[in-house]
Amino acid sequence: MSYGRHEVLRGVDLDIRRGEVVALLGPNGAGKTTTIEILEGFRTRSAGEVEVLGEDPERGDERWRAELGVVLQSWRDHATWRVRELLAHLGAYYAPWSTASHPRPHPVDDLIATVGLTASANTRVGALSGGQRRRLDVAIGIVGRPSLLFLDEPTAGFDPHARREFHELVHRLVDDDATTVLLTTHDLAEAEILADRILILAGGRIVADGTAEALARQVAGRAEVRWRVGEDRFVHPTDDATTFVRDLLTGPEGAGVVDLEVRRTSLEDTYMEMIRRHEDESAGLEHAVAS
Amino acid sequence: MNLQPVRLGLARGWVTWRSVNTTREGLANTVIWNALPLVFLLIFRNATIPGTDISLGVSLLPGMLAMLVIFSVMGTAYYLAAEREDGTLLRAKAIPRGTAAYVVGLLTVAVLDVAAAVAIVLIPGLFIVPGVPLGDATMWLGLLGYILLGLMACVPLGVLIGSVVRSPRVIGGLGFFGITGLASISGLFYPIAVLWDWVQWLVQIFPLYWLGLGMRSVFLPAEAAALESGGSWNTLLTIVVLAAWAAIGFVLGPVLLRRMARRESGAAVAERRQQALQRV
Repeated sequence: MSYGRHEVLRGVDLDIRRGEVVALLGPNGAGKTTTIEILEGFRTRSAGEVEVLGEDPERGDERWRAELGVVLQSWRDHATWRVRELLAHLGAYYAPWSTASHPRPHPVDDLIATVGLTASANTRVGALSGGQRRRLDVAIGIVGRPSLLFLDEPTAGFDPHARREFHELVHRLVDDDATTVLLTTHDLAEAEILADRILILAGGRIVADGTAEALARQVAGRAEVRWRVGEDRFVHPTDDATTFVRDLLTGPEGAGVVDLEVRRTSLEDTYMEMIRRHEDESAGLEHAVAS
Repeated sequence: MNLQPVRLGLARGWVTWRSVNTTREGLANTVIWNALPLVFLLIFRNATIPGTDISLGVSLLPGMLAMLVIFSVMGTAYYLAAEREDGTLLRAKAIPRGTAAYVVGLLTVAVLDVAAAVAIVLIPGLFIVPGVPLGDATMWLGLLGYILLGLMACVPLGVLIGSVVRSPRVIGGLGFFGITGLASISGLFYPIAVLWDWVQWLVQIFPLYWLGLGMRSVFLPAEAAALESGGSWNTLLTIVVLAAWAAIGFVLGPVLLRRMARRESGAAVAERRQQALQRV
């Protein structure tokens, strides 16, 4: 994938299984939105093979389109419409693809309640607060009961309460409908809470792929154990904190150990380390080319 | 043929039009701009065309209606550019058969806008201006016919312009001055025979002159044709020119619209939003 002569994505290789929740992380300009827009069929790619729900997104038909839910970063549309009116209208497009086992669209009032907009059902969209607007966007994304939902920074601008409610909403969706979700976020805690799998994109490449724990192991491969004996402080990195602590406490100095602390590598540490490694590599490459 | 996009498009056009015109701003826009011509009708209500006993008001009213229909070029182009900028078009693209329904909705809004504008001017106008042939069925049929023909010439043209010109502010600004400027030399308010030859040729390229001529042929008595160039209503040529504009719009409009819609993406919307914010 490239714009003009600038390549944005290189060798992005990824498989997402049905019902999986995958978070795409990465610094600004890493190609997250580009990746999502190629999968949504909004953008043509310069090379490579892409298949989403069995179709090439560039050739996906209306039936294919009806299986997708899309929540983009910035929507300001339909400002004069009322919330309920808009959801009912947009839901109607999915009715031809309704089946007995998978009725479409979602009943509008249930959906409005699900995203917590019942009190605003008759408010004009333009008069909603930023967080309410975002929840409406999410409701529109799922009104057709999609099999695959794309969420591009869904909780940007949410307060902590709205964020927690949104996380519960995504969990419900995945549990009830087995919806596959691909989301981008800058919030690492959010990725850890929501995603079965985390992908880190940097410089147009996937630099890491796995569960939050697997990624942590991949980077540092270890936890950090801290303790104190008298006035002396100790820090010891280890792959197996449990065995280390057992040995420590049953060992000769065990009786003197106080302030014991085991610290797992956080996703944030992992993320920073992954990005740093990637930058070192590309700097090394450029250096090699220059010399 | 699947009628679902048509049905949904009509619904979205109606809801859009209604929801805009139930805001204070939207209603004020619709009423104030469209009622402006009534002021002129009131001022000239008792005047006659110099040298004849034909009411000046009756000769101005058809020109004003023609102008209101022509404004649908700007209106349609403006909606399209604005809704492209705010993400409405992309939203339509994200849902099944959404783009088709969006286009039907866009046309519906244009038709409703013209219908409202014509009603706002015509209904009080009939009371203000003496001498409109109210009882004449051919007048009403002709009026309806020219409004429809005018819409067919103008709305696809608006789609064409709105697909090419990106900025709704440019369309609003240039469109308004362009149309009012053109209207002032298109024989709507005085015979174009008083203008230079080249201006007469120029204005006859555009649909506005012909729509005005057609409308006058409906409202004015037969002897008023003597005031037109060539001394005739030129009905056949009027229909041919308007149909030619409609053909251009119907052929090129969808092609350009499809090309533009295909390129829409979230990143493009976000970028335009950024640019729009910087201009403010």
